Amino acid sequence: MKLLTHNMLRSHVTGVTRGFPLLIRAEEVKLSSVDFNQDFVTRMIPKLEWEALVEAAESLGHGSNLPRELETGYEKNEDFLKKVHHVLLEVEVIEGALKCPESGTEFPITRGIPNMLINEEES
Amino acid sequence: MALPCKTGAAFKKYLLLLAQENCEFRLPEIKSLLSLYGGHFNNLQDEHGKSPFCILNLPSEEMARKLMKRTVCAKSVFELWGHGKTFMEFQQSVLSYPLENMMSYLQPNSTYKIIIHSFNKTLTQKEKLEKINTMEFIPFQGKVNLQNAENIFYLLEDYGSDPNKAPNEPFEIFFGRWIADGQRELINSYSVKKRHFIGNTSMDAGLSFIMANHARVKPNDVVFDPFVGTGGLLVSSAHFGAYVCGTEIDYNTVHGLGKATRMNQKWRGPDENIRANLRQYGLEKYYLDVLVSDASKPVWRKAPLFDAIITDPPYGIRESTRKTGTQKEIIKTELFPESHVPVQLNYHLSDIFSDLFAFASEFLVTGGRLVYWLPVYRPEYTEEVLPRHPCLKLISNCEQMLSSHTSRRLITMEKVKEFEEKYQYAHLGEGQNLPYKGHNSFREKYFSGLKKRTAREERARSEMANAENVKSKGKEDV
Repeated sequence: MKLLTHNMLRSHVTGVTRGFPLLIRAEEVKLSSVDFNQDFVTRMIPKLEWEALVEAAESLGHGSNLPRELETGYEKNEDFLKKVHHVLLEVEVIEGALKCPESGTEFPITRGIPNMLINEEES
Repeated sequence: MALPCKTGAAFKKYLLLLAQENCEFRLPEIKSLLSLYGGHFNNLQDEHGKSPFCILNLPSEEMARKLMKRTVCAKSVFELWGHGKTFMEFQQSVLSYPLENMMSYLQPNSTYKIIIHSFNKTLTQKEKLEKINTMEFIPFQGKVNLQNAENIFYLLEDYGSDPNKAPNEPFEIFFGRWIADGQRELINSYSVKKRHFIGNTSMDAGLSFIMANHARVKPNDVVFDPFVGTGGLLVSSAHFGAYVCGTEIDYNTVHGLGKATRMNQKWRGPDENIRANLRQYGLEKYYLDVLVSDASKPVWRKAPLFDAIITDPPYGIRESTRKTGTQKEIIKTELFPESHVPVQLNYHLSDIFSDLFAFASEFLVTGGRLVYWLPVYRPEYTEEVLPRHPCLKLISNCEQMLSSHTSRRLITMEKVKEFEEKYQYAHLGEGQNLPYKGHNSFREKYFSGLKKRTAREERARSEMANAENVKSKGKEDV
């Protein structure tokens, strides 16, 4: 699971109000190499929940010194965009779980793939 | 050199040669692509016509080239120099084409060749040469070079739709300068036969490219398939430079576990998954994620996250329809103990559509498109049965025949209105989706006409089928 995906996911446990961001319990994190695409990163940044992204990256120890608040004029800062690219697409949780911030329900991540199905006892 | 034009863009006529396959899908594809590049489709031909020839007015050759970099429905595009129903009319038309537009391609120091393309008639070499000679009224000054010509001209003849009744003289003649070919070779290079990871219902490569084109997928988009299966639909979007993600309820499919689809292979290999498929085509960089998830559950942060949604929902024909829910028995698979499989309930077709529409209206960007397949029992089909939603506008609706009484329709819709909470249950409007209400009602009709039966046999069969259904409750595969 990439952190871009994490930034788009929320908990759907019944009764949860926001369910975002999901907490990450990582057992194995892998760094992969993905071609840098400046246009894509620039396009995605306004769609992100920025703080959630920085927190998620830091919780995995791959914060890349990203600022807590998005600074203006980032479109021209290639260094910054490369860092965002790295965090969004190259840091991957392979084993572990996503945890609902409100109910504590865990969604396991196996071989890099989160399982968002809920046990019927929990729903 | 084209004359400088003071009054806006100088529109020129271009001729498209379309492939005689998936005919209904062709012009909607061209239309979608033109709108992607800021062009307009102002063709007067019948949208679902069968003719391989289509004349377009385009503002520039560049737009024609862009179009050809995407289309899998058109074989080639030509700058149209003239056309007519008789040779006289044709000659007059070519002669009235501005000479200054022709001249730069007729220069003495250039090379050229003329190719004859006859639709639905085979011409002998002698006949072809004679036809080339009739073109002498154009002042060609260059040298003929058959191997490596700088300028390639086409004389295209339309002998009608029936190859067995081809007339002596063509119905219509076209002449033009070849500009570019389309992307027909993708159908072969992305063929499902050569793909690493496939499922029982993997989409034909040609259709999956048509879907991406109807959806107007463009570079740097995020494209989502809520019923992703083995990811065949994502491959075409990734080919066009979009980042792709999907969800699938079947844990084993997502992880590439379990029985193989291919005949001579028993189990899936270690690297059979969607990511590996993209890697096979050099597109892994466009892989975002695939999740095990239930398309009927809201696992996404509420925001317009996706530029396009392209999907082939399960209709219970070849893949079962299901969603998670509570039932008494809990199924545990022993083979892959880590795969917790929550009980899966039947998923009514009408609910699939209302969920899909609600999802698209909330998670698509405005202007984004939803492209999906709708199964149709033909005797009962009218446009009225199409599911609708206040945020989504119908763009095109193309039929692919499956049998005499069944077909599926590729429906393209565009999000035209911002999502509001009040639309959440808009799909529950009265009379909507009626033919799709009730699980298996479509499925029963679908299978009912496969063989000719008397009404009595029919009844007996459906009673038996009902009994079977009761027995195999919980067992999902159809």
